[in-house]
Amino acid sequence: MQFWLIQTMNGMAFGSLLFLLASGFSLIFGLMRIVNLTHGAYFLLGAYIGLTVVVRTGSFWLAVAAAGVAVATVGVLIERFLLRRLHGRALPQVLLTLGLAFIIADGVLWVWGGDPRPIPAPPFLSGSFTLAGATFPAYRAFLFLLGLAVALLLWLLQERTRLGAMIRAGVDDQEVARAMGIPVHRIFTLVFALGAFLAALGGILGGPILGAYPGLDGDVLPLALVVVILGGLGSLGGALLGSFIIGFLHNFGQALFPDFAYFTLFLPMVLILAFRPSGLFGRW
Amino acid sequence: MCRLTRQVLGASLALLAAMAALAAPVQAAEPIRLGFLTIKTGALAAPGKEMENGILLFLEENQQTLAGRKVELTSLDTTGTPAVSLTKTRELVERAKVHVIIGPLAAFEAYAIIQYVNDNKVPLISPSAAADDLTQRKATPYFVRAASTSSQPMHPFGTYAAKTLGYKRIATIADDFAFGHELVAGFHRTFEDAGGQVVQKLWPPLGTVDFGPYMGQLKKDVDAVFGGFAGIGGVRFAKAFQEYGLKGKVAYLAGQVAVDEALLRNMGDEVLGALSTAHYSAALQNPTNQRFVQAYRQKFGQDPGYYPEGAYVAGQMLKQVLTKLGGRIEDREAFLKALREVSVPDTPAGPLRLDKHGQPVQNIYLRKVERKDGRLQNTVVHTFENISQFYTYNEAEYLKAPPYGRDVPPCKHCQ
Repeated sequence: MQFWLIQTMNGMAFGSLLFLLASGFSLIFGLMRIVNLTHGAYFLLGAYIGLTVVVRTGSFWLAVAAAGVAVATVGVLIERFLLRRLHGRALPQVLLTLGLAFIIADGVLWVWGGDPRPIPAPPFLSGSFTLAGATFPAYRAFLFLLGLAVALLLWLLQERTRLGAMIRAGVDDQEVARAMGIPVHRIFTLVFALGAFLAALGGILGGPILGAYPGLDGDVLPLALVVVILGGLGSLGGALLGSFIIGFLHNFGQALFPDFAYFTLFLPMVLILAFRPSGLFGRW
Repeated sequence: MCRLTRQVLGASLALLAAMAALAAPVQAAEPIRLGFLTIKTGALAAPGKEMENGILLFLEENQQTLAGRKVELTSLDTTGTPAVSLTKTRELVERAKVHVIIGPLAAFEAYAIIQYVNDNKVPLISPSAAADDLTQRKATPYFVRAASTSSQPMHPFGTYAAKTLGYKRIATIADDFAFGHELVAGFHRTFEDAGGQVVQKLWPPLGTVDFGPYMGQLKKDVDAVFGGFAGIGGVRFAKAFQEYGLKGKVAYLAGQVAVDEALLRNMGDEVLGALSTAHYSAALQNPTNQRFVQAYRQKFGQDPGYYPEGAYVAGQMLKQVLTKLGGRIEDREAFLKALREVSVPDTPAGPLRLDKHGQPVQNIYLRKVERKDGRLQNTVVHTFENISQFYTYNEAEYLKAPPYGRDVPPCKHCQ
């Protein structure tokens, strides 16, 4: 009983992290049709920038804000000056984002060194609590709740704001949206910034669990990809559901079938691709 | 170029070089070329950098000179993967043309390069790579160690846990690679020989980031958990141990580097009270160690642990041998013979002598993590004297039995 409880809680916390990463990825693809392979590197960069801010100032929340803003800025610069030049050309865009991922990862290694660095959780979240006989770190429970909160905020943004309406219009039909006077290019940049911001948030918020280490981007990006394929590209609800499913599978897989951990992850993805290629809630 | 041509070419070049070396006066400009293999990327990067610090300190204390000759150090990052270790070893031997190599750090790296080292007749002093078998069934004249094997400190630990601490049930969790397997095996064997039972063995992959899934599986109805980690795994596990409520309920017994000084500075109260065994501790009170720790703290701002101590001792061994030979490292035969007979009376860990397989027979210290002057340290609480790699077992029988591994000894009481 304890075993299932602990693994479920682990799965839910991890699912939230994946949601932060996958939602941004899904948004960017949904609106701009860009498969942004740099996304893992934004997560990585967010973790390291957050680490430096925590070490220098001692404030975890300042680190979260700083990491988000810094990486969003990087995202804006990349979108405005690099990606926009390749507008409409899918393959070159993918290659560009992949190349940038390598550059950012190497840059991080150069600046921060090859040592894996633990990131301390904020003091009031560092404790543990006991539920039904199982002891569990408070931070992971917080992460789960935060994931739900972010999902709610994003949903509100998408469904209840004018900006959200413009984004949805752009996703549905870019040409008509443009014809109606919606500043699609500016929306692109905004969404890209938002996606990078969310990824960076994932990096620093995931810090107390994962830490910052070289290769973090390579570890999380495949998981985010599986989430969006499962949930459907462009769908926020799909990203949320997919994140929790993959979060669970990842944890249970590691616990029950350590030698086949990746198999338990990718099998659902393969099945979805075979029987419902647009994903559970896919829009395209 | 085909292999035979390469070998013939290599042999002729070696012959020419040997002739040139013998002809020229050795004490002239020729420096001693020392190769150093360590890890600076990945899960073992922190210990790896420390290991390099150890040799840097040693060379600095000797003004970069041994037996009257200048020493040229080439230090390479193996990134902690066996394939790259082999590439870097080749680079050291073929490009940098080193006379002797100190390294590597990890057991599985040592297993990967030993064939090449044998084939190319390069003397290797391991400051850390604990791979048991390299001084047992796979012993070679070119390999000696400056530190303990993986299982050497674990043998007395297992006996102590059963007989002195009175533990009956233990679960083990260790990095899933050669070093982790051998650590657990050594402990498992003596613990069960002394009447205890190992009821679970978990093997997270090296570099596991999130120990959450393992904490769910780890049995809580045990007297202690034995953690066999190297590098960042030790830090992450200790934190998970506390976060998931095990601290205070179950004792934490650690392998020799799971609470190494290289990691302690990144750890906090979660690891207080952890017991471990190793051939060294920065808290040892002998005069050589006090000088060593002082010098290390001054130069690097931190306490030295297993890794820099090993590198430093490797340096001491090299110096002893070279002094005995008057600096003639080129005389490979004589060098190897002297290396295998080396005995250093004043290493930071105490006196060191090698057994006939090239492995030190040394004191093993039982340490407890305590806070002193605001810093965590491994206080020595007990000494097991003169422990050999075979412990109290009959050497011939030990060697006939299969080498330690994931399933050796088999887990008879695993549930």
